[in-house]
Amino acid sequence: MGQTRVIVGLGSCGLAAGAGKVYEKIRSLKEAEDLDFKLSKTSCSGMCYREPLVEVVDETGWYLYGGINEDIAVELLNSHVANNNPVKEHIVCTDLYDTPDSRFFRQQVKIALRNCGRIDPENIMEYEARGGYEALKRIIDENTDPRSIIREVTDSGLRGRGGGGFPTGLKWKYTFNHKSTEKYVICNADEGDPGAFMDRSLLEGDPHSVLEGMIIAGLATEATSGVIYCRAEYPLALKRLDIAIRQARERNYLGKDFDISVKEGAGAFVCGEETALISSVEGYRGMPAKRPPFPAESGLWKKPTNINNVETFANIPWIMRQGAAEYARYGTEKSRGTKVFALAGKIRHGGLVEVPMGITIKDIVFGLGGGIPGDKTFKAVQLGGPSGGCIPAWLADTPVDYESVNATGAIMGSGGLVVMDETTCMVDIARFFLDFTARESCGKCTFCRIGTMRMLEILVRITEGSGREEDIAILEDLAGQIKESSLCGLGQTAPNPVITTIRYFRDEYEAHINQKRCPAKACKKLLRYEVDESNCTGCTVCARNCPVSAISGERKEIHYIDQDICTRCGICYLKCRFDAIMVT
Amino acid sequence: MRVERIINKRQELVPGQNTDTGLLDGVIRKYSGKRGIMIPVLQETQKIYGYLPRETFLRLSEELGLNLSDMYGVATFYAQFRLSPVGRHIIRVCHGTACHVQNAQGITDALEETLKVADGGTTDDGMFTLESVACLGCCSLAPVMMIGDETYGKLTGKEAVKVIKNIRIKEKKLPI
Ligand SMILES: Cc1cc2nc3c(=O)[nH]c(=O)nc-3n(C[C@H](O)[C@H](O)[C@H](O)COP(=O)(O)O)c2cc1C
Ligand code: FES
Repeated sequence: MGQTRVIVGLGSCGLAAGAGKVYEKIRSLKEAEDLDFKLSKTSCSGMCYREPLVEVVDETGWYLYGGINEDIAVELLNSHVANNNPVKEHIVCTDLYDTPDSRFFRQQVKIALRNCGRIDPENIMEYEARGGYEALKRIIDENTDPRSIIREVTDSGLRGRGGGGFPTGLKWKYTFNHKSTEKYVICNADEGDPGAFMDRSLLEGDPHSVLEGMIIAGLATEATSGVIYCRAEYPLALKRLDIAIRQARERNYLGKDFDISVKEGAGAFVCGEETALISSVEGYRGMPAKRPPFPAESGLWKKPTNINNVETFANIPWIMRQGAAEYARYGTEKSRGTKVFALAGKIRHGGLVEVPMGITIKDIVFGLGGGIPGDKTFKAVQLGGPSGGCIPAWLADTPVDYESVNATGAIMGSGGLVVMDETTCMVDIARFFLDFTARESCGKCTFCRIGTMRMLEILVRITEGSGREEDIAILEDLAGQIKESSLCGLGQTAPNPVITTIRYFRDEYEAHINQKRCPAKACKKLLRYEVDESNCTGCTVCARNCPVSAISGERKEIHYIDQDICTRCGICYLKCRFDAIMVT
Repeated sequence: MRVERIINKRQELVPGQNTDTGLLDGVIRKYSGKRGIMIPVLQETQKIYGYLPRETFLRLSEELGLNLSDMYGVATFYAQFRLSPVGRHIIRVCHGTACHVQNAQGITDALEETLKVADGGTTDDGMFTLESVACLGCCSLAPVMMIGDETYGKLTGKEAVKVIKNIRIKEKKLPI
């Protein structure tokens, strides 16, 4: 009889939802009652919307339980583990029958995420048991020529997953061609897009696949050492990388001819840009440099350097093991393979998904994502973060591949996909991203530093009800100039959110400017706060808390808000205990 | 997200109260004579003191041969570094895209109002520092805030205020 296995998902999302306590509870019960099952940990399986997740595998099948707290965990142990009696109402997925959530996994093709949520990331043996390090061992045993490795990667059609989509094989070839006694491979794990967490999940869930990809890149480009530049905001990823590197050294995958070190980023979006990243690794302010020379020629410490994204590296071992042709089977003519997306925002099934390129936005939002919560309507998706743009609902049939997405004015980006509904104001979203880029602009070039600031000022003015008629034209003019004249990718793409929202939602801009109205009711300064007379009890809380004394009324009598004095701070709305403040 | 770059405020190095720079011995030994050390050295220093006191700059510069103006440049460029002391609890409210569309601003507003500090500030009693950050990586729980290692998801302004009040109550009960 096989031993029952209980596996708890301990990724950052799981831990935030309370998985740590669930794991502790199960562990202590197992010990206290001497229960016979194997308890292990894994990372995020992508189903963040159902965290905390606990898997039970016994001889009858595989069961995934969702929304587990300590009490339900006890029930699981008592009923399922001790008495073979699965707790039906908490099953999210199982291999025995279909559930509404089965669709979430069925439409996915997991290549980069092949091990995430399936292995214990802190145990190299579990990675090896699933074919890990086989590709590397074969390359070493057969003494494969670097050119053949590069050819394989080129043939797979893999393009950089960090946002630019540059063909990976070609990049490796450039670095290979520049001869030097010192060469570097850098893994870009700076993941700056605020609303994306693919790379973090990968590093937390399967750090060895990234290491193996880097070592293979090292062999292909004849590099002498590797650096992983990871955000300091990802403590769990850093910890697991550290463990993985130690284990890989113990097994001699790392250390002899090629070793990898980790550099912690210190919080600057621009350091995701490759030249800024290099300058940061060297210990300076992360300011981008003019290219050429490209890093392939002169990068870290002025030596040839190959930089790739986390997800790019995670694909490499799979491609080397299964072959380029197998990888190229997925995706479209020009965008081969799969892409990982972080689904978030106004969507039922937020989480991490990996889909073949060429699938439509509609399939992602409504198929995998389960649609929009509540009775709201789907309005747009934001792809590519601060460098990307909004794609409106009526273009939801757009396939996600590099060319089709670029044609809409957005970019594929690193994979953040934020869904918006009718309550999201598109002018406010543009303002949000410009606020981000204006803060994060490193200040080196004028167009980016001052241009984004000017655009931000105009957007703020529009969302506060002081927009002027000529503002849309000024925004468009500034956008064009910033795109054309900025030094690095940050400035060159910063206007994208504004350009796409003006292109697809010009009417919203006009409503703000001409009628001083926010159609989505999101822009605070354009709202009206009024007392709902049927709910007001005259408790005087709102009047006492109003910072500008705009509310009047006697105790036990209906209160009144003077619209001329009201600054729309919303405090009365927060303070009222009787839902008597209406927002219109 | 860094507030300082926009509010054009010059950041002053604050002398620590009797900073014991002896605590830096380990850091100096570890990094002495290596290249590319500026950022890790400052990171470890901040781990020791919670921020970067003025005295540590002087000692590090002297013993590791780092240029003082370079150090100041790096410390003000990266959002992670702090030049003044922080509260005992750092409240990090997520303002990533997902949290923004789920009204993260409402949470910051409510906390600013309750704590009587602006975003980035520390309460007078030194108990809380309020900060905005970009994406804590639990977007499916948006809007999210993090206090210490504890993450609070699917919040409203009212609930966020309740969390703060509970911490206050708990601390008051602690024996001094
Ligand atoms: C402002 C800016 C931010 C970037 N941020 C990231 C990032 O967070 N992660 C990443 O992998 N690439 C980022 N990139 C892209 C990198 O410059 C580089 O193209 C990428 O790491 C190359 O890897 P790839 O070919 O595997 O995609 C950014 C680029 C710019 C201009
Ligand atoms: S946007 Fe807030 S956790 Fe990601």
